Formats: sequence, C-alpha cells, structure tokens
Amino acid sequence: MPSKIVKKKELIPGRTSLMVLEAPQIAATAKPGNFVILRVSEQGERFPLTIADVDKKAGTVSIVFLVMGKSTAVLNNMKEGESIFDLCGPLGKATHIEKVGTVVCVGGGTGIAAMHHIAKGHHEAGNHVVAVIGARSKDLLLFCDELQSFCPEVLIATDDGTVGHKGLVTEVLENRLREDKNVKEVVAIGPVPMMSAVVNTVKPFGVKTTVSLNSMMVDGIGMCGACRVSIGGETKFTCVDGPEFDGNLVDFDELRQRLASLKAEEKVSYDNYCRCQNNE
Amino acid sequence: MSNIVNVSSIEKAKGRVEMRCQDHAARIKNYEEVALGYSLEEAVSEAKRCLKCKKPLCVSGCPVEVPIPQFVGALAEGNLEEAFRVIKSTNSLPAICGRVCPQEHQCEGSCILGKKGEAVAIGRMERFVADHFIALDACNQMGEITCRLTQPDAKVACIGGGPASITVAGYLAARGVKVTVFEALHEMGGVLVYGIPEFRLPKQGVVHKELAALGELGVEFKTNWVGGKTIGIKDLFDQGYKAIFVGVGAGLPIFFNVPGENLNGVLSANEYLTRINLGRGYDFPNFDTPAYKGRNVTVYGAGNVAMDAARWALRMGAESVRIVYRRTKAEMPARREELEHAEEEGVILTELVAPLEFHGDENGNLKGVTLQVMELGEPDASGRRSPKAVEGKTQYLETDLAVIALGTRANRVLLEETPELKLNKRGYIEVDENNETSIPGVYAGGDIVTGAATVILAMGAGRTAAKKIAERIGVVEG
Repeated sequence: MPSKIVKKKELIPGRTSLMVLEAPQIAATAKPGNFVILRVSEQGERFPLTIADVDKKAGTVSIVFLVMGKSTAVLNNMKEGESIFDLCGPLGKATHIEKVGTVVCVGGGTGIAAMHHIAKGHHEAGNHVVAVIGARSKDLLLFCDELQSFCPEVLIATDDGTVGHKGLVTEVLENRLREDKNVKEVVAIGPVPMMSAVVNTVKPFGVKTTVSLNSMMVDGIGMCGACRVSIGGETKFTCVDGPEFDGNLVDFDELRQRLASLKAEEKVSYDNYCRCQNNE
Repeated sequence: MSNIVNVSSIEKAKGRVEMRCQDHAARIKNYEEVALGYSLEEAVSEAKRCLKCKKPLCVSGCPVEVPIPQFVGALAEGNLEEAFRVIKSTNSLPAICGRVCPQEHQCEGSCILGKKGEAVAIGRMERFVADHFIALDACNQMGEITCRLTQPDAKVACIGGGPASITVAGYLAARGVKVTVFEALHEMGGVLVYGIPEFRLPKQGVVHKELAALGELGVEFKTNWVGGKTIGIKDLFDQGYKAIFVGVGAGLPIFFNVPGENLNGVLSANEYLTRINLGRGYDFPNFDTPAYKGRNVTVYGAGNVAMDAARWALRMGAESVRIVYRRTKAEMPARREELEHAEEEGVILTELVAPLEFHGDENGNLKGVTLQVMELGEPDASGRRSPKAVEGKTQYLETDLAVIALGTRANRVLLEETPELKLNKRGYIEVDENNETSIPGVYAGGDIVTGAATVILAMGAGRTAAKKIAERIGVVEG
C-alpha cells in the first residue's frame, strides 16, 4: 500500500531526514525493534529501515534515513503530502523487553533514531534507560531532545568535542559501565564498526549485549536468504531470526564484507540518478 | 480472428505438432518468451488428434479437473469461445498453466495416445486458446456457473497471493463470493512473479492479464500485507471473514552448510531469481534492483529452479554457465523440456560432483569452488541411485557466481505468529483431506503444506479447499 508522508523534517540538510508516514495498519502492530520495507517508486528496489517511532493513536510510523544511494536520495527528495510507493511491515522480531533495571542504549549516526524506539520500549517497561549517543559533531547529533524527554541520563560523545565527551561513544560507555556494576543490558545500533567496538568494550564487564543488524535484504519476509549472517558459527537470517542478535556471537567482519557485495552496482545506480538530477 | 472459425480445411496432424521456439542463439540475447505458441492451424490440427475417449484419463490427471476432451473437441471444431468457456469453468489461469504445468506427468502423461505414440499436446492447446482471448483483451470471460448464496454477505480471505490463493479466489469469485487476497510482496502472483522467469512466463502479457481478469470478477487484491505481521488470522475473523485460506508458499532457502557459503557471490536461487524477476534486475539500472552478474556461473541442483537460474545467467551475459549436480543427467528432476532448452542455449551439465568448499579473494568475493567427486550407489527411497563420495577425489572449478538451488523450507512468518496452527514434523502446515487446518475455518494449500512443488499442484490444493469453503459459507451449486 502507498503511504503518505505526513511530516518531513530534514535533520541534516541533504543527508538525513525524518519522515512520519501514514500507516495505520503497521502502527497498530509495530513494536520496538521492528523494521519496514520500502519502495520509493514503481521501478524502485525494496530496502529495509528500522522503525524510529510509532504513534498508534495517529496511525503513523517514523523513519529516519541517511542518503547512501539512489533509493534514499529519491526518498530524501520527496515532500510532505507525497506518497511512498510501497510500505510493508512491521517486520522482524520485536526487541525482547522486560523490566530488568538499568539498560544502556548506544546509538551512532542514524542508528540513534532506531535506538530511540527501543530505548522508549525499555523506559515504558520501567527500566532505567541510559542513552549513549555519538556523532562527528554537534550538528550531526540526532534525537537528542527526544531521548532527553524520557531518559534519566543522556551521555554524548562527539569526534570534535562540540558537545559532550570529545571522542568515541565506546569511551563514554566504558566509563559508565565502570561506575555502575548494575547495568543489566547494553543495546547498540549504528554503523558496523561501532557495534563491533561496543561489543568489545562491554565484553570485560560480562554484560548482555544486543545489536540490531542492518543486513542487505530483498524480500524481508524470510524467502531469499540475502540477509544471512553468522551467529556463533551458525547461519541465521536477519529478516526473520533478527534483526537483533547477541552481539558477542556476531561475525562482524563477514557482515561488513557482505554489505559491500553490490557496491559497484549501487554506485552505477546512484551516479545515474545524480546525473539525471543535474540535467534537469 | 473471430471466436468461431471454419476449420474444415485444416487436416488432422499426423504426429504431435511441435511448437515453434525462438532460435537459441538469438534468445539468450533477449528476455522474450522462448516458446512461441501454436498458430490457429497448428492448434486445430493438433486438436483433431484427440481420440475423445469415453472415459478420459487426461481429466483425472489434471489437479484442477479441466474437462479436457470438451475443450479440445470445441477447438477441433473451431469454436474457440466454447473451448475457452470450458477451460475457464475450472481453471482461472489457463495461459499460465498452459506454459508452466508439467503436463507430461499430468494430463498428457495419462493420454491414451501417449501409450504407443505421442500424447495430445494439451498444454499447448490450452495456451493457444487462453492467449487468443488475452490478445482480444477478453480473458475476463468466465465459465458460467449457476449457484445460490445462502449467506450472500459471507466473505473469504486468502493469505499469500500465489497460485493456490488465486485459485481459491477464482473459484469463489466465479460463484459470487467476495474474496480478498493479502499478498506480502509489492506485486501479486507469488512464484509466478518472483520465481518463474520472464522468458518462460511473461509478466505483463500473461500473468497480469489473468490476474486482472480476477479483479474484474470482484476479487480484491491487497499488496504489502504480511500475514501474521500486518494482519493475523484472528484479526481476519474479527473483521468478519468467514473462512481463511493460507497459501503463504516457500520460505528460506536450503544451503549446503559448507565453508565459504556466505562469501559475496554465493547466493540462493530465491535471491538470484527474485532480484531478476520481481525486481526486474535484468533491466538494471532502469529498474533499481541490482542483480548479480557472473562471468563463470555455477548453479547447484538440477530441478526447474536450477534451470531457470542457469538460463537467466546466460541472458545476463555470463561466459560460461554450469549446472553442478551430485548425480547424473538421468536423475535430474527438472522437466525434460527445461533441461533441453538449457542445453540448447549452452548450459553445461557437470555431473557427479558436490561442493566441499567455496573460496574467496581477500575482499570476500567468490573465486572458486572445490568439488567432491561422486559416484552412484544403490537406489534410495526416491528410487534414484544415491550418490556417494569417491574418497580423496576432488576437483577445483573457477567460479565468481554460485547460485544454490537445493529447495526451500516452510515460510515461518505466519506460522510463528499463529502457534495454534498445527504443523507436521517438517514444519509445514498439517491439513485434512479437505485441506482444512487444525483451526476450524482455516484452510491451507500449496508449498506451505507440501513443501516446494509445482504451480498446478498448488492450484489443485486451492481448488479442493475452495470447494469446501464454498460449502461452508453456503454456496449451493445448480
């Protein structure tokens, strides 16, 4: 079904936007951790995005994306009131959420948006949620206000030190874990190197670490096997077994390699699109 | 061409009339249909071969019970309208079935003429008649069915938009029942769209036309609705649907579980074909979905899906394409016609080998495969001689694209969200002889019940279920 863009907000001009989409059927059943599959046009390809927020009353879901190729570039050029060609979901297994005490949610880049929905779920379940977020610079930091509205602690790291700790999220995370031995779970969503670094940082503390993987997908409904990942030496499928897995078991090197498998084609598609845009 | 033609001058064919095909050198340079279909003259002269048996075995060989001698008889007399009406009285997808049914194992496999000579070419004639009406933009004509609805408001939901569900929808809609089909992907048709290649089954020209005809009959199609996720079985009953048919089809692909299988360039046939067929990857970058291109392509398995993948690889510009199979050509499960077409086009059959390990370069891209040499031993449960490894004997083959076509498992998405649906040991839905599941009013059929099978078997299951659903919701025939 097509889905109307109710609201669009450019978070980082030309690069990252938030969209609120009219999707009552998806909003009714979506839970933290779920994703949607989109197609931007009749010629478009299917691609997954983790749901950043849900408003069940309004019947909307929010997505946040980084322009990485043609599909996201087309999406970013769409305006409020226009419709996304296809929206399908909610897909994947929802985050396992129960009241455990303190949970640290780590987000990097656009991953902060997806992390936000999960953090909210933990907050609503009665957990003490510590958000740890990072970006290159203050202007590139997403969802800070939203997280501050319900998280008792929001810890920030920027590469240039324009806000918060100057350095990496993993340094902030490590300090936080050292101060407080009662952290029950760490959840991390972001670029693959960040998630891999979070897992390594948490390992000495022996805390459960959950990561949400951004594998390549085609159908997203348990059919094609494009999204397969190695989890503890076993092949699993991100779309139906995930997208969340025990971070300690994930083969991040393989994931990084697989994400690059169609780089050349993705570049052709994006370059073509940019050329056409420039000619207009 | 009119729908009733004078065919008295057309003579009965001496043997089975061959169907013309695109030349094999030309056809691997395009995506157009390989088999070109009969002309009127060819179809009628073939129809005249039919013996019009008193007890036609061909009908019992057809999972959807097409009254074959009646339609062939009408065709032999040049009455195309009657031929089409007869076919459509039990089969809502004749142009599709005429192309993809394994007729040699079904209607034609039961034909008396086939015992001593060549069976009547029922599939080709079915295709001819259906195509005639598609060309006239009149494939929405249905067989007239007289029945009475004792519950005129009763509506039925089908989950999954493939051949099984479409058959249920067609059967019920022809009887005036309101049906909604919920498809998870963005396009209706299931395997007809994501699995079977354009060069065997044109999407725009055939699949969309036969589906549109059902739309005109009142079937409501909803795409991007994932059964169990966007909507569940209970939700559908709550919304007033009186019966539900589950035809969610195939699930995750089976892999070998050998080292290197997650390298870039090793993929399932499901992924390879879905990118090309559903995503129109053959027309990249006009369409956004990229397809994997290989120079030396290896395809593992030897069923129809393997043939489809191998033949696509040729059309996508591969220099060499090999079917890699652990038994020999004689045991290959693909239809003979598919195998012949593949070989004609240049697909190489590599027999008696099985992959031991896939090898990649420093970037994780596939570059070769080590194969275990096999030999045939004693016949197994399927009656085929089972392959055994020849100890210590291996081969190395260069390949930059490996497509694995070993079959699929059940699609778990709906099943995991519906724990009360009873499954068998293999993880497929358990049904009774009426295709009803452990949940009253919920029926199932197709690959989600049998495991990977054919379009027509799924349609047969759909027809069985549809008859029972019709009874259940008070459709009285006659």
